[in-house]
Amino acid sequence: MTKPKVATTSLAGCFGCHMSILDIDDRILKLVDIIDFHKSPVTDIKKFSERCLVGLIEGGCCNEENVHVLQDFRKNCDILISLGDCAIMGGIPAMRNNVPLKECFEEAYLNGVTVHNPSGRIPDSPELPLLLDRVYPCSEVVKMDYHLPGCPPSADTIWEALVALLNNKPLDLPYSLIKYD
Amino acid sequence: MSDEIKFSIDGVEIKAIPGQTILQAADAAGVYIPRLCAHRQLSPHGSCRVCTVKVNGRPQAACTQPAAPGIIVENNTDEMKAVRTSIVDMLFVEGNHFCMFCEKSGNCELQAMAYRLGIAAPQHEYLFPSRPLDASHPEVFIDRNRCILCGRCVRAAKELDNKNVFQFVGRGIHKHIAVNAEHGLSETDLAGVDRAVSACPVGAILRKRVGYSIPVGERLYDKQPIGSDIEADRSSAGK
Repeated sequence: MTKPKVATTSLAGCFGCHMSILDIDDRILKLVDIIDFHKSPVTDIKKFSERCLVGLIEGGCCNEENVHVLQDFRKNCDILISLGDCAIMGGIPAMRNNVPLKECFEEAYLNGVTVHNPSGRIPDSPELPLLLDRVYPCSEVVKMDYHLPGCPPSADTIWEALVALLNNKPLDLPYSLIKYD
Repeated sequence: MSDEIKFSIDGVEIKAIPGQTILQAADAAGVYIPRLCAHRQLSPHGSCRVCTVKVNGRPQAACTQPAAPGIIVENNTDEMKAVRTSIVDMLFVEGNHFCMFCEKSGNCELQAMAYRLGIAAPQHEYLFPSRPLDASHPEVFIDRNRCILCGRCVRAAKELDNKNVFQFVGRGIHKHIAVNAEHGLSETDLAGVDRAVSACPVGAILRKRVGYSIPVGERLYDKQPIGSDIEADRSSAGK
């Protein structure tokens, strides 16, 4: 019997939510008994080669590459989950949403007190993904099926969610597992 | 008592004294009606609408509606919970509520209300408004990103502190809290210990240099949902 596949990615996030996945500790042994990790920083698989049951998305969309990855996940996963506050509402990166993009660049590459940039240019290599005008919550880019709040969501939250979904049960988080911090 | 009023909330008989609002009578009986702008020591405001209940089939704010004999109040129904969830959702997307670093997190009534309602994420799009911060006062700062326009600071300053510090200005989406001074909070007679500061249900008006003093896990709403204190009154009274 082939095991259901779980894919994960970190968009505009800090990998804290992925740390929280690892924080399920020895339960990860139980987890790999019932699922296979597919495309994920955990496996270093870069491209989807088969259909996945669950996609866990950390981080919102701050650049065009984030959008492409997110759309790729939507295409290849049955259930897409916002993992953590950044995926849900943009999080810390979204603090730039009130600052015009030009000012963000100027602060980061020209005017910031610790900037060392003798060329005086803002990086514009075609290899760099274009920054979006603001940071978008995942649900404003593709349809997200579930949301696991938290910064990061606790290991128990992630565990409960995966166990429920893998057993075809509704995802009902108890009071103690809904946290926004 | 002859002037006692009897009515029902979700089929439970509630006794009230004349002049009490539905919310006050419910509190006294140990029945929790969710609310954000209402505060026990302040006059009713009726602005947040989180306490919306159905009174004889019509939506009313429980914090302003007087208790009346024989009224049938629907409070903890799926319909009312959906209304409250929608209101709390909108409060989240209308402001900039970054719970992950907010000093009020864990002690915030807006956050606690969302927890109690089981909201994993708002269903509306975030507006990311641009709102100014006022840190001019030596003891207190205002972060309007987190303000939900409950008006508790306005009322607490007037009614409890006897000061004229805060007032609403603007209308609709432009409505915001202003201070009674030309150049910000430092020019008002607000003090850090004023009730207007502690009355803020969210992290919009905060004392400086006292943040994060309570560890995660021991904060007000870490274990018990908001309203548990009122509901505990009911169970301890053996009703």
